[in-house]
Amino acid sequence: MGARRYVVKKVTHALATVLFILSFNFLLFRIMPGDPVGILVRSDRLTPAQVDELRTDLGLNLPLPRQYLHYVGQTVTGSLGESLRNSRPVSTMIFERLGPTALLVGLGTIFASLFGVLIGIKGGWNRGSRFDTSSQLGSLVLYAVPEGWLGMLLLLFFSGVLGWFPAGGFETGGLTGMSRVVDVLDHLFLPLLTLTLGYVGQYSIVMRSSMIDTTHEEYVMSARAKGVPERMVRRNHVVPNAFLPTFTLIFLSFGFVLGGAVVIETIFSWPGLGLLTYDSIGSLDYPVIQGVFLLGSLAVIVANLFADMTYGYLDPRIRET
Amino acid sequence: MTSEGGRVAWIRRRRALAGHWATFRSSRRGMIGLAILLVFIAIAIFSPVLVGPDQLDPSSATGPVHAAPSWSYPLGTDNFGRSVLALMITGARISLLVGFTAAMGAIVIGAVVGTVSGYFGDTWIDHTLNALTNWFLVIPWLALAIALSTIFGSTLFNVIIVIAVTSWAGPARLVRAQALSVKERPYVERAKALGGSNWHIITRHVLPNVFPVLFANTVLMIALAILSETTLAILGLSDATAISWGRIIESSFKAGAMTAGWWWWLIPPGLAIVTVTLSFTLVGFALDEILNPRLRQRR
Repeated sequence: MGARRYVVKKVTHALATVLFILSFNFLLFRIMPGDPVGILVRSDRLTPAQVDELRTDLGLNLPLPRQYLHYVGQTVTGSLGESLRNSRPVSTMIFERLGPTALLVGLGTIFASLFGVLIGIKGGWNRGSRFDTSSQLGSLVLYAVPEGWLGMLLLLFFSGVLGWFPAGGFETGGLTGMSRVVDVLDHLFLPLLTLTLGYVGQYSIVMRSSMIDTTHEEYVMSARAKGVPERMVRRNHVVPNAFLPTFTLIFLSFGFVLGGAVVIETIFSWPGLGLLTYDSIGSLDYPVIQGVFLLGSLAVIVANLFADMTYGYLDPRIRET
Repeated sequence: MTSEGGRVAWIRRRRALAGHWATFRSSRRGMIGLAILLVFIAIAIFSPVLVGPDQLDPSSATGPVHAAPSWSYPLGTDNFGRSVLALMITGARISLLVGFTAAMGAIVIGAVVGTVSGYFGDTWIDHTLNALTNWFLVIPWLALAIALSTIFGSTLFNVIIVIAVTSWAGPARLVRAQALSVKERPYVERAKALGGSNWHIITRHVLPNVFPVLFANTVLMIALAILSETTLAILGLSDATAISWGRIIESSFKAGAMTAGWWWWLIPPGLAIVTVTLSFTLVGFALDEILNPRLRQRR
């Protein structure tokens, strides 16, 4: 299969997935007990006039296939409805919260994968060494820790007992320039540490086992047989090949990191999409929940597509099959 | 003849099981994990004997509020004056119950979808089920779980269903791969030639071969399900009337245990979750090394 067909196939698949998510989102909020408006009214915030307006807005007076087209049309043009709490457009609310989440999730993914890969390389290469056994146990423990609880623990110790870091939020406010940057970093430290610790374990476990798998490959044996020094074997033959599965995992687990971010943002009152989700759960603000679900799914699909594309580029064997 | 054949197969399986047990016993980590799990399972089973309902009812709790650990309250008390130790013991029951049932649910869905998909490999049935599996692998689980549980409400039963529905795709893919390979083996062809129905071949030949891979996966899945319940509980999406370890964490968080320094209320439930999840993971990895042929060869 040529590179072009590979790309076309993957993009088509991603688009089909997007369509599925859209349909799923459409159905999910229509198969729920009662109709959407019924649920919305149950939250006791709407006058009868508003209910009628909402009905027309959602296109609920139309037959189901027309409703579907209406919904897809609305969503594609970026209209995600209005929040039930304050009647603001959901898309605006989401847009405002994008920055803090991107900062937290982006840096968290970078740190967790960087440390995870380094630990995995060292442990997998010296299998059975003291570093390997202790780092493996450490990774397993970190994998077993619920992120939310870890965040609370760090908050209890570093903020409650020692008072080294603020107890939550994005910034103190009223600061400008460099001192504002420092202030934001001060607030970012604990959530970022939680996210990094929460995900470093799984990356190091995968990198380690991938290192061990690759060490047994025939090309590694032949490299050794022709007298390539061990350091070069590791750097040029084992690590690049062992990194491939971990690389995919980093992008595939993006959905899980996003999920972790929801909990961590809640604990640290970090004003991102996660905290928005949490607040919306509390007030049963369905349009917002629906919007966040859609955006989260889209982000994961794009991350997967990116992983497929770069993987095909990094490993030509994939394109062949 | 069938009973004779069944008896032979039974003896063979029992022998294989004895061999697996001997290998498992040589895994130190697996044995430690198993021992810890047995203790927690015993606590969960006997929790109604150990803790009375009056100790858990906020209105009848007699202890001081937010008390630090003492002889009468080894793990202190919560904001209703309930003993945290008593909550922990009941929590073991709920958390393990959710873990086991949600994992079983996920595994059953995964096994059915994976077996059918693999057995009818490369037909429209397979394509449809495979697409469905891939979609569920992609959807971020927490987003889906939040959507489902805000719509259907957070009873304990719904929490279990939500976790099962969001985590069956991994096992399904695993089982499909195994079913695809089993299907091509000569004895399946022989069974087909002798007129065995699809049902017979799936239940007698494909499933028994898929089972070992699935078994290790189930144990790992329980760990994941307990963590998932904790996450949902922290977000306030678990059953408000059932005391799980996750719910204890949530109530201490909501009461501000971190800033007030009530560590005895926050730390034990998390430690219990870590211990149990880690034990399941250790047992699961030990089983995987025995039952997964690819790993076995490497040693």
